[in-house]
Amino acid sequence: MDHHYREIYLDNAATTRPHPDVIEAISSVLSNNFGNPSSLHGKGLAAERVITAAREAVARSLGVSPDEIVFTSGGTEANNLAISGVASQVKGRHVITSTIEHSSVLAPIRRFSDHGFEVTEVPVDAEGRIHPERIAAALRRDTALVSIMAVNNELGTIQPIEHIGHVIRSHNAAGGRAFFHVDAVQAWGKVRLRPAAAGVDLLAVSGHKVHGPKGIGALYVRKGMRLASMQAGGDQERGIRPGTENVPGIAGIGTASSLLHSDLETVAARVTSLRNRLREQLTTIDDIHFNTPVNGIAPHILNVSFSGVRGETLLHRLEQDGIYVSTGSACHSHDPTPSHVLLAMGLSPDVALTSLRFSLSRDTTAEEIDAAASAVRAAVAELRTLTPR
Amino acid sequence: MISHFLIRYGEIALKGANQRFFQETLIRNLRRSVEDLGSVEVRLSFSRIIVDVNAEPAEAADRLRRVFGVVSMSPVRIVDPSLDAIIETAVAMVQDTLILRPQVQTFKVDTRRADKRFPTPSMAASSEIGAAIRQRFPELRARMKDPDLLVEVEIRDAAYVATETIAGPGGLPTGTGGTALALISGGIDSPVAAWLVARRGMTIVPVYFHSFPFTSDRAKEKVLDLCRVLATYAGPFPAWVVYFTEIQRGIQLQVPEALRVLAMRRMMMRICDVLAAREGAQALITGESVGQVASQTVESIAVINAATRLPILRPLIGSDKTEIVARAEAIGTYEISIRPFPDCCSLFVPAHPRTHPTVEELEEAEATFDIAALVHEAAERGERVMTSAPLTTVISDR
Repeated sequence: MDHHYREIYLDNAATTRPHPDVIEAISSVLSNNFGNPSSLHGKGLAAERVITAAREAVARSLGVSPDEIVFTSGGTEANNLAISGVASQVKGRHVITSTIEHSSVLAPIRRFSDHGFEVTEVPVDAEGRIHPERIAAALRRDTALVSIMAVNNELGTIQPIEHIGHVIRSHNAAGGRAFFHVDAVQAWGKVRLRPAAAGVDLLAVSGHKVHGPKGIGALYVRKGMRLASMQAGGDQERGIRPGTENVPGIAGIGTASSLLHSDLETVAARVTSLRNRLREQLTTIDDIHFNTPVNGIAPHILNVSFSGVRGETLLHRLEQDGIYVSTGSACHSHDPTPSHVLLAMGLSPDVALTSLRFSLSRDTTAEEIDAAASAVRAAVAELRTLTPR
Repeated sequence: MISHFLIRYGEIALKGANQRFFQETLIRNLRRSVEDLGSVEVRLSFSRIIVDVNAEPAEAADRLRRVFGVVSMSPVRIVDPSLDAIIETAVAMVQDTLILRPQVQTFKVDTRRADKRFPTPSMAASSEIGAAIRQRFPELRARMKDPDLLVEVEIRDAAYVATETIAGPGGLPTGTGGTALALISGGIDSPVAAWLVARRGMTIVPVYFHSFPFTSDRAKEKVLDLCRVLATYAGPFPAWVVYFTEIQRGIQLQVPEALRVLAMRRMMMRICDVLAAREGAQALITGESVGQVASQTVESIAVINAATRLPILRPLIGSDKTEIVARAEAIGTYEISIRPFPDCCSLFVPAHPRTHPTVEELEEAEATFDIAALVHEAAERGERVMTSAPLTTVISDR
């Protein structure tokens, strides 16, 4: 039991293993291409070319123009840049978001609510889905920003981004001036994203969720849109994000982007069938509840509550078998805090604390799914004997 | 650069026949606390200890002021025992101090002659030095009561001049009071309890009961971080990480819910008996205080005591939580203790623990246990981790 015969990594929504080509690209830039892209000499130009190629790759994955891509230090910075960049320069006094956003969206928006902005947090249904009618009802003449995630990171629920984009466009056609920001960190590389067609103004992605490196992300900024920068400095990234570029990281996210978007649909179909396989196998365990709905979901996430078993304990028990998963909740010493997402979709705090998130990647195999499912079955049975219900 | 410190120790000077033993231990501990920084010399001079160490003064001071037995200490400059030399040095040191503490307005000079061969009496020396300082810094006023700046001059084999006094932890030197195992949970109380006993000169050996997967490896890391802070005062020492999972499982399966915490504590005491024999420890330390939680009643204490032959020291028994928290902040364990990883007690705390238990009902609940085998396994599968202070001390202090 203490020996790990194999490791089964099912926490890919937290982070992913970098692809060998990504590692190679980063390493090659660090070894051979250390120039500052702003330098006038040839070394600067060589570094700039790396960035240009990566920008094209990221732009292509979103079906947008390269000059609409701004590189950031990650998804959190991209979300913050989008929200602060709009809120600090517009006239509007109202922001709409949902109750299930990631903290890198909720926290900056709540900060603006301390500075006189009114915030409407739109609720979700029992599948963790936002209804576009709710957005329509919440929109006001002074709404400056609507921020909705494309795929929820705990549940995998896909949000109706195109539909919401349509609602916002109609509102703006009738005199509204709301911008639309989408946190696509968990969606990028899993589902096809077409921000321009969906009427999205700003869209954030991250490198390390798609087998790229940590410390790099990007923000799509629709052409013609003005965005205030968060920091002052040079004119890198059009002055929106000054600072010498993270050239190795940018090379990494560019490589990940080209690799993963070349075969997105086939990989998505395979991962979906593996996720469904896991779901079927777990169904044989008594008293469980799938928090991830059946339809309208990203391929890679399955969130399950195991009645009577604390998620954190089950996580550590599975770790003993070499299986790595996640709980949606952070546990504080005497005060376990259930996931705000699970509470928002109507789960009781007790049930929310029994949840576990399995998240797959393109590298996950059927053997791993079968082994993980049987380990979960055994661990749940074992822990249930210990915990009075 | 050589930094000099004058160390004042109080209580151990009173220990009669054992005085030499206490002094020698203190000198050894002082030396050990700084010897990795640079070459060090420690010597006794009348009833003070002088430390000369080749290190940055601030870094050396931060080590020395954690040594148990030190009442206070001063960074000093050492000069020939002549009034002229003392005055020159005192003026220079006051100048340095005024740069760091520009708010200083009043001062006082305090001279002590341990060597009465020095021709000028203490009071006269103080007033001459004070006059020189006033002449050089006319904006300073002399003030006898609560001066902003105290200039201390001690005249012994040489003259020692100080403008700063740093409080030490007091107590008795580590290694003068035997050895005790300190049960550390990861909460706020137990590290404070261990520290208080260590301050009385006992050598401590922390013991942590690890119940993976019921508690995470981060909970274990948290406890080891607490031990590293304790080691800045009382280390290096070994710390035990006991394999407690099987016992936790057995208790959960076989003991009635209301008695589980007590059964767990009793098993901990039995394991400590075994570890104490290995470490040559003569006592146990816990962080209990009466009535703090429902299981900490005097009846519970009796039931826990009955499981071990060793005395259990409970230095916090009469403390309020606010006092314990204040002490934890002062010694630097609080910030670590409030990190959000549950220890095994908090994970398994029953809704309604028995507050008036008896030894008989515990013995009955434990009847199905193979206690000897469980205790043996827990100790055998335990880890003994040599623990010393972190290289850079980044703990908060007051």
